[in-house]
Amino acid sequence: MTPLLKVQDLHVAFRLHDERGRSRHVEAVGRGTQGISFEVPANTTVALVGESGSGKSVSAMALVQLLPRNAECAGRVLWNGEDLLQASRARMQRLRGHEIACVFQDPMSSLNPVLSVGEQIAEPLRKHLGLSRAAARSRAEELLAEVGIPEPRRRLDAWPHQLSGGQQQRVMIAMALACEPRLLIADEPTTALDVTIQRQILELLARVQAQRGLAMLFISHDLAVVGEVAQQIVVMRQGTVRERGSVAELFDAPKDAYTKALLACRPRLDDKPRRLTVIDDVLVVEAPGDVAPEAGAAGAATVRNVDVDLNPRRADDDDPVVLQVDGLSKSFWLRRGLFARSEFKAVQDVRFTLRRGHTLGVVGESGSGKTTMGLTLLRLHDAASGPLSGRVLFHGHDLLALAPADRLAMRRRIQIVFQNPYEALNPRFTIGQALVEPMTIHGIGVDAPARERKARDWLVRVGLDAEAMHKYPHEFSGGQRQRIAIARSLTLSPDVLVLDEAVATLDVSVQAQVLNLLKDLQDELGLAYIFISHDLAVVRFMADDVMVMKDGRVVEHRRTDALLAHPQDDYTRRLISAVTRGPANAPLRAAAPA
Amino acid sequence: MADLPDFASTSLISTLPEPVPARRAAGVWRSAWRRFRRDGVGMVSLAVVVAYALLIACTGSGLVARGWQDEVGQPDAPPSFAGGAARAATVAASAAAAASARAEVDISDVDPLAPRYQEWDARAAQYQAQARPVAATLPFGADRLGRDVLSKALKGTQISVSVGVLAAIVATLIGASLGAVAGFFGGHVGDLVEWVYNVLTAVPEILLFFAFAAVFGRGISTLVLILGLTGWTGQYRQVRAEFIKHSRREYVRAAEAIGASAGARMFRHILPNVSHVILVRMSLMVVGFIKAEVILSYLGLGVATDQVSWGTMLAESQSELILGHWWQLAAATIAMAVFVTAFSLMADAWRDALDPRLQK
Repeated sequence: MTPLLKVQDLHVAFRLHDERGRSRHVEAVGRGTQGISFEVPANTTVALVGESGSGKSVSAMALVQLLPRNAECAGRVLWNGEDLLQASRARMQRLRGHEIACVFQDPMSSLNPVLSVGEQIAEPLRKHLGLSRAAARSRAEELLAEVGIPEPRRRLDAWPHQLSGGQQQRVMIAMALACEPRLLIADEPTTALDVTIQRQILELLARVQAQRGLAMLFISHDLAVVGEVAQQIVVMRQGTVRERGSVAELFDAPKDAYTKALLACRPRLDDKPRRLTVIDDVLVVEAPGDVAPEAGAAGAATVRNVDVDLNPRRADDDDPVVLQVDGLSKSFWLRRGLFARSEFKAVQDVRFTLRRGHTLGVVGESGSGKTTMGLTLLRLHDAASGPLSGRVLFHGHDLLALAPADRLAMRRRIQIVFQNPYEALNPRFTIGQALVEPMTIHGIGVDAPARERKARDWLVRVGLDAEAMHKYPHEFSGGQRQRIAIARSLTLSPDVLVLDEAVATLDVSVQAQVLNLLKDLQDELGLAYIFISHDLAVVRFMADDVMVMKDGRVVEHRRTDALLAHPQDDYTRRLISAVTRGPANAPLRAAAPA
Repeated sequence: MADLPDFASTSLISTLPEPVPARRAAGVWRSAWRRFRRDGVGMVSLAVVVAYALLIACTGSGLVARGWQDEVGQPDAPPSFAGGAARAATVAASAAAAASARAEVDISDVDPLAPRYQEWDARAAQYQAQARPVAATLPFGADRLGRDVLSKALKGTQISVSVGVLAAIVATLIGASLGAVAGFFGGHVGDLVEWVYNVLTAVPEILLFFAFAAVFGRGISTLVLILGLTGWTGQYRQVRAEFIKHSRREYVRAAEAIGASAGARMFRHILPNVSHVILVRMSLMVVGFIKAEVILSYLGLGVATDQVSWGTMLAESQSELILGHWWQLAAATIAMAVFVTAFSLMADAWRDALDPRLQK
């Protein structure tokens, strides 16, 4: 059987100009003479897996020639025997959407905000299939029903912003399916979504693929997700294919060291290691390459195995209480008309106790109030935004009753690390300036040189080079920036660190390094963490206690092990079941083709 | 990563040499300059603007065009490159012809005063010799009063450009600080500033010009004030929008979390990130204000009567044009068009070079 799509020795390079105007080529896919090759048979899901910068998305976009102008492709992409790299522009336009359709990562920015959902689905139907307006509309309604949107007739006239993220992604899938494509390219389709929604979208994709006999090229950085939907996996790293094989082969007997590392570095629900394995532990520095490797957590290189426990942390209940929160509630005023306003209760009656050196995990979907809760602890909300009540006792002082003048001292003791490492650092500050600023504000260190020395110490402690002091944030990768953000918070020697989805945007492998770093710092400095996350597997690795939040309320709050073993609440159970676990329980995967 | 020092050896780090401060600060601006240098059009326009700046320095210090008010040519003398030399020759020839004609014909029979003509002519010649000789033609012609158009254009450049630049600075100071306050604080403060803005923009601009001009009287400083006080609105809107956008960004939140005060967040954190917007807007305002000065001077609200600007030159050239004396109009137009075009192109190039989104 000839495969539907056959990629042979594909190379993609970008022409770039540096600041002095010299042009150079940067290889995105393929290294040297070695290009990438893989096949997508009909009625099969093939997954491209790799970290960011591995060239997986570039490869997929090269297939449909949706790359920017400065990209140069070489090799062959055979679609039913026709080389797409040689195809004319008109031919590609007919092919895209009609025979090959794409679903992208961020549904909100992929949908046009000024066209109704119905119009957007009808567009390819009328363009490629030549349907009349009425016929396209009724077809669009069927498609919306197929992707599981309730009340499809009414939704045809909805605007994208009126739909939730999951529904938007369903609409994107409906658009992709509109012209009955034979290949669906899904580029990280669930990365921007909540776990429970991710589960639904994965189920939908698997169902559609099986029902329609589609071929699907599924791109993800997460092997656990891929293990549930794909039949074949292509593992990529730094522009080359590391390993190819069926899901069973890859998960049960990975041959390549990198694949093994990827499988090992993800925190799991059923196992709580002391440290996570990081890629560098497994791959003994192969080739430094032109992609700067994430600096491993200091000392990690010696800790090969997960259970070697050098200084076991005692998370016992005798540790002193640093933070006691009682009946914390936060509301926001919503404007209604000209003068009226209504109260939206974002956080209601949250209570917990946090001890020194302990971690409280806060879990919930977006909109559950977990981030608001974290920001409220730091008083990062505008006072006029809405009422605040309850007590936050920090070493015996009620933070909510503090006068504004006393807040500065409190700020020093509770710090926060934000979700997006690309946003949290001022692009116009060097790393040195960013690290010194908090110390200057709080008068830590005698003079500027002393502060700079301290800043450099912290950089080294979070596993970066002291040379980084003079660089700007854009010169660092996401994981490195998150380390810098952590170092910046720690310059103030806080007691409590609020980690607001601090690893959510990082690749799994980088995530493992940052999580290890956080654990090391906690052991060493006795930090108390409030670890806000939507990912239960990560929370299990980090947290002693878990608080599950839904609609601003705490639905369950217990020891992590107890909660995961015997969840009491339905919502908790739903969250747990939504965690992706690879092929071990893959109800989604359709039967392999004959 | 075996080569990284471990936690215990941090003392090793503190023995590293102190950083060179200059290495830190240069980054953003130096890389912007590098990008700017790659832009050919930008570099040419920058050269033109620098040439103008040198010229203004020369006129300002009196090296050039000091005597722009002197009567150095005949009234409405044409430029030498456009038939001026020919005209000068014919004028001289006809004068000589008239003189010789007078000498040849004896009219003493009919004119009893004729014998004294020679004496009078001699005395008149004596008298004229004390007056400055005026040229029949000048490099770029002369105006109605015989003043050198080229000198006027040079002096006018100094006045017009300095009005434009100073007014843009005033407008930027007002617009950027109001915009920063309104955008950062929002709420009632923002509403108040927005209200001022709305009232000001509701009045037609030309009425505002008249009102301010009536209060302050004529002169360069008045022009700067008028343009600055009426022209800040565009800058205000843009800076306000940028501050609204940036004050919600995570790096500003992070600064608040480490305890940075509102002022520090506004000026240390956000301002450098929006400075390119402010700069580019300011350079566009320079262009707009130069044009506004021209219109105001044309309407008689501009610079004082003993000063010259591109606008007063254009106003004068209106009546000259009917007589076919186009050179004053041409001189002012060329000087203005070249400067405004070069300045706009330079502003565009700076915007491209300074935009942090293009830094990757």
